[in-house]
Amino acid sequence: MRRLRQRLGAILRTTTFHLTLSYIALFGISVSLLTLFFYWSTIGLIVRETDATLKSEITGLAEQYLEHGLDRLVQVIAHRIRNDPSGDMLYLFTTRDNQPLAGNLAAYPPATPDEEGWIEFVHRRADGREVPARARVYLLRDGLHLLVGRNIGQLRQLKQTFNRALLIGGGLTFVLAAAGGLLMSGRVLNRISAFTRTTSEIVAGRLDRRLDEHGGGDEFDLLAGHLNVMLDRLEALLETVRHVSDNIAHDLRTPLTRLRNRIELAARDAPDELRGELEASVAEADALLATFTALLRIARIESGSYDAHIEPVDLARIVDDALDLYQGLAQERGVVLAADSEPGCNITGDRNLLFQAIANLIDNALKYTAAGTTVMVTVRREGNADAAPGTVCVTVADSGPGIPSEEYTRVTQRFARLDQSRSLPGSGLGLSLVKAVAERHRGTLEFADNAPGLRVSLRLPA
Amino acid sequence: MHILVVEDDRDTREFVRSGLMQAGHTVDVADNGRDGLLVASTGSFDLIVLDRMLPEVDGLTVVRTLRASDNRVPVLILSALGEVDQRVAGLRAGGDDYLVKPFAFSELEARLEALARRTAPEGPATLLRVGDLEMDLMTRSVHRGGTAIDLQPREFALLEYLMRHAGQVVTRTMLLEHVWDYHFDPQTNVIDVHVSRLRAKIDKGFDEPLLHTVRGAGYKIAAGSEQA
Repeated sequence: MRRLRQRLGAILRTTTFHLTLSYIALFGISVSLLTLFFYWSTIGLIVRETDATLKSEITGLAEQYLEHGLDRLVQVIAHRIRNDPSGDMLYLFTTRDNQPLAGNLAAYPPATPDEEGWIEFVHRRADGREVPARARVYLLRDGLHLLVGRNIGQLRQLKQTFNRALLIGGGLTFVLAAAGGLLMSGRVLNRISAFTRTTSEIVAGRLDRRLDEHGGGDEFDLLAGHLNVMLDRLEALLETVRHVSDNIAHDLRTPLTRLRNRIELAARDAPDELRGELEASVAEADALLATFTALLRIARIESGSYDAHIEPVDLARIVDDALDLYQGLAQERGVVLAADSEPGCNITGDRNLLFQAIANLIDNALKYTAAGTTVMVTVRREGNADAAPGTVCVTVADSGPGIPSEEYTRVTQRFARLDQSRSLPGSGLGLSLVKAVAERHRGTLEFADNAPGLRVSLRLPA
Repeated sequence: MHILVVEDDRDTREFVRSGLMQAGHTVDVADNGRDGLLVASTGSFDLIVLDRMLPEVDGLTVVRTLRASDNRVPVLILSALGEVDQRVAGLRAGGDDYLVKPFAFSELEARLEALARRTAPEGPATLLRVGDLEMDLMTRSVHRGGTAIDLQPREFALLEYLMRHAGQVVTRTMLLEHVWDYHFDPQTNVIDVHVSRLRAKIDKGFDEPLLHTVRGAGYKIAAGSEQA
């Protein structure tokens, strides 16, 4: 029940629903106006004409009375009745105290006149049929009354027919409007949804995606065109920035290596007191070169130009190898480095890149955690185990100082190092590389509070 | 050793040549692929250092042609096309090792020495010996001066690699690639810890140290008589 209400709420919030509703309202108003005009120009006309006829008849009869007297009026009325075999015209001419003098009505109908003096009543005809009638009463001189009316049965029927048509037409209008609204808004919103899908892909990092242009030249094509031009510029700009930084790294690497090699060769023949200094310079140059190499590697992985060797790999095995490599370092720092792996954590990926990523995470954890604590690496399968492939999650948890949650997104940026870690050695590229590797494998990198410490999860699709 | 350097970039070529000559090798040079192929197939060399991107005939074609004519001289491919992924293509073409430009000279030197040693006819060695340190590959046991040394499997593999290249400098990258079988850049010198643990096991309590650190380059296992 609650889910139903939630779904209903979701539907009520959609633009499709709002647009359809507006469409129905608009359509309804136009159809109502049209109907009103039709009514006014058909039935309204007949009603007006009937009234006009009755009025002129009364005026005519009143003139007869004024000019020729009572007897003449009685004669005229009798004549009129005789000449109207259909009996549609109704007359009643009475004295002051309602004694009939002439006419085909027995008595005044028991009905009160409206503001304009019209009365409507049911008339029982000579043949016994009851018909609706409309009449007007006129007060002649000397207190005499004259009623002139008309059978409006046909008019009533016409009205009923019109009403029935209105009902059916109204229903049809609503259905058509709803269908039309859904169709129109659906078409519009389909394109908007397509835009949303594409833009979310772009936001997710696929900068090469573009919005569809149908070529019809409508507003959506115009919008898509503008957005695509904007994206082209954005991509070109990003490409330029990436190229500039890559080229700097690349162009600096060669002369730096040459410098390093000259120092290295010079150090071989140098006197002892100078050699130490020269060898230290070589070590510094090596550290710089390592930074450039890492920078270029990240750029290559991110741009997709790294030709990864994708094969089935067992993440538990890679974690074991990484642990084996880092165990010595951990013991030297007095940190317990342990792993807990579930069997069958297989994915497809590049083993060297994955090893690099996991090694970087362990390296980081060891760097920040204090002696006497534990760095725990767990490998778990996630998602429905048998049916869908699911994911494998490698988590590295330490009990170091951690990272404030507002910094989680910043730490994967290149050279982003937190103030407290500036004193520790490192290039500030370790986590950027891990993130690049994760994304290359369509995976994610997440940070969480290990209370105390940091818990980094590398989630990779199996 | 007689080494051929095929490299079109003058700076790199001269640098490699002077460095190798300084180290006591005889060096011939060529600056394009066709000349390189001609010199390589007519002369007799112990090693060839070959740039991958060369004018006229590219490096991989040179290697393939040499191998097709049954020339087995060890080839180290130099390339600006870095990264592990490119390395595989170079090795598949018939290269024996692959080094990414720019490179440290000590890395080139160490790899060339390793390559030269590999071609030396070894026979199915079952016993490796450096000074009084002995490794029996059949029983997977290590003795020094009659004392058994207990090693973990990874320590054994590390020592085996070092002993197979006794007297040569072995770089950290080489150790990662061959002992751990991963191509990657450690953020910290994790290898150093493993080497110092190994050193503690094989050198502690003995007068002569066998496992040496070569600053700016890597490690070398050698007894006094074998040291350069």
